[in-house]
Amino acid sequence: MTIRPSRSWIVLGLVAVMALSLALVGCGKQLSGSVTVGGSTTVQPLAQALADAFQGKHPDVGITVAGGGTAAGIKGANEGTFDIGAASRELKSSEPALITHLLAKDGIGIITSPGNPITGLTKAQVVDIFKGTITNWKDVGGPNHAIDVFVRESGSGTRAAFQELVMGSENITSSALQQTSSGGIKQAVSGDSYAIGFESLAYVDSSIKALDIDGVSATQENAKDGTYPIVRPLYFLTKEQPTGLVKDFIDFCQSAEGQQVAEDNGYIAVK
Amino acid sequence: MRARYLIDRTSRTLLLACAFLTLVVLAAIAVYTFMFALPAIREVGLWHFLFGGVWRPSEDPTVEGLYGILPMIVGSVVVTLGALMVAVPLGIGCAILLAEVAPQRVRQFLRPAVELLVGIPSVVYGLVGLVIVVPLVRRIDGPGLSVAAGIIVLAVMILPTIVSISEDSIRAVPKSHREGALALGATHWQAIWRVLLPSARSGIVASVVLGMGRAIGEAMALIMVLGMTTKIPSSLFSPASTLAGMIAAEAPEASGVHRSALFAMSVVLFLLIIVINGVALVVMRRGNRAQGVG
Repeated sequence: MTIRPSRSWIVLGLVAVMALSLALVGCGKQLSGSVTVGGSTTVQPLAQALADAFQGKHPDVGITVAGGGTAAGIKGANEGTFDIGAASRELKSSEPALITHLLAKDGIGIITSPGNPITGLTKAQVVDIFKGTITNWKDVGGPNHAIDVFVRESGSGTRAAFQELVMGSENITSSALQQTSSGGIKQAVSGDSYAIGFESLAYVDSSIKALDIDGVSATQENAKDGTYPIVRPLYFLTKEQPTGLVKDFIDFCQSAEGQQVAEDNGYIAVK
Repeated sequence: MRARYLIDRTSRTLLLACAFLTLVVLAAIAVYTFMFALPAIREVGLWHFLFGGVWRPSEDPTVEGLYGILPMIVGSVVVTLGALMVAVPLGIGCAILLAEVAPQRVRQFLRPAVELLVGIPSVVYGLVGLVIVVPLVRRIDGPGLSVAAGIIVLAVMILPTIVSISEDSIRAVPKSHREGALALGATHWQAIWRVLLPSARSGIVASVVLGMGRAIGEAMALIMVLGMTTKIPSSLFSPASTLAGMIAAEAPEASGVHRSALFAMSVVLFLLIIVINGVALVVMRRGNRAQGVG
């Protein structure tokens, strides 16, 4: 019986030595360890690109990037499932108070298939289409055909940002067709000449067309200088002030180098 | 001798434990689903929940969400019945062909092909539906993602279940029935229609019920081709959503009352399936008793 305490002391001592040596190694800019990032599917490609760049510089670091949606990102960061949560909208006052780290900004494009003759709409027309008072393309100067309205599922950060920035207090029509991912919206709208939807500008490529809003074309430049009206922030979320590796990663993301990665991937740099 | 006795006893206990575990899992699922469903039903009210026409979940406590699942119930029922209306005649026809009409060589090729269809994962059906069926429906009317597309995809999905079980039950009809009919001067078709099909009735009903079970619980393929609107469909070409589809689509990001409402939706789905299976059991028992088989 007298042996037990002394044994546990030895174990404790060993652990302390190991921790100390790890800490010492950490001081020498040899970063190692792992970080889990998860949440918004809009932020996911950006977070992955940043993680790849960071791991390129520090090969001993492992960064896991998961999706799940903004709601999951907030929940995960608050409960500790994720070291860093990802959100593609402002946090609401009713949500847990987390520390936000502005990562980049992202324009939301109002998209149609490239075959649609419409090239632009006013913001008021967009609201009327998504709330269901305009249901035919001819009412906005297009062909005489019903509009197929595509939206994301409730819980999506892109949908919440669209609701906040465009719809305000108006409700999205229950006739709207739902897709459960950014990729799903893109696929659905690209194949249907009478469809309309909303999508992160970073996802827009030649298979879909982003409409001009109030005469301003939906480009990264216009979103950056503030003339394009539908722009939302992308955040990393942490429960506490970040320390250690988490802090190093977030600092990297906000550095000039990280911001360049954001810009290369179609997002708007904030620094 | 003693060792053998021990092995015998242990294996029996092990098997009993396995059976018991299944029951525990079933009970746990049922209890938890009901438990998580309660808050939503309490908040929304059973009547408004079942017969409310507007589904507008809210993650923001300052905005009240609306949780009426009537559009999804209607969607589930319409799409499942539609799929059955397409798949049952086709499936039974195919089963008759395989059991009675087709030459051995055709059967040897067709039967494994049908069985292979059962093993295809539902996402694959969804994907094929999205790429092939949806654009075809769009040419007729509407956005393509529609009740019609859902019915076609589901019908193909449940066809193999109906074909293979119906064929087995037609084959299981005693030879004497068939030979007796033919000996009395019935044509082949008369024998099939008047003798074989009625004798195989309980098996055929079972195949339809299994198909229905698969159809009503299907989520993935339908999310991809149905459009998932939260509105009661007005025609075959308008989009719709189903209970299972909505649960699968929204569960990952739901919290609070919304999440509880999804659990309440699963309870409804659960009860719907129990009712369907119950009705089928009764029909099958009656069928058997009428023939003096069961």
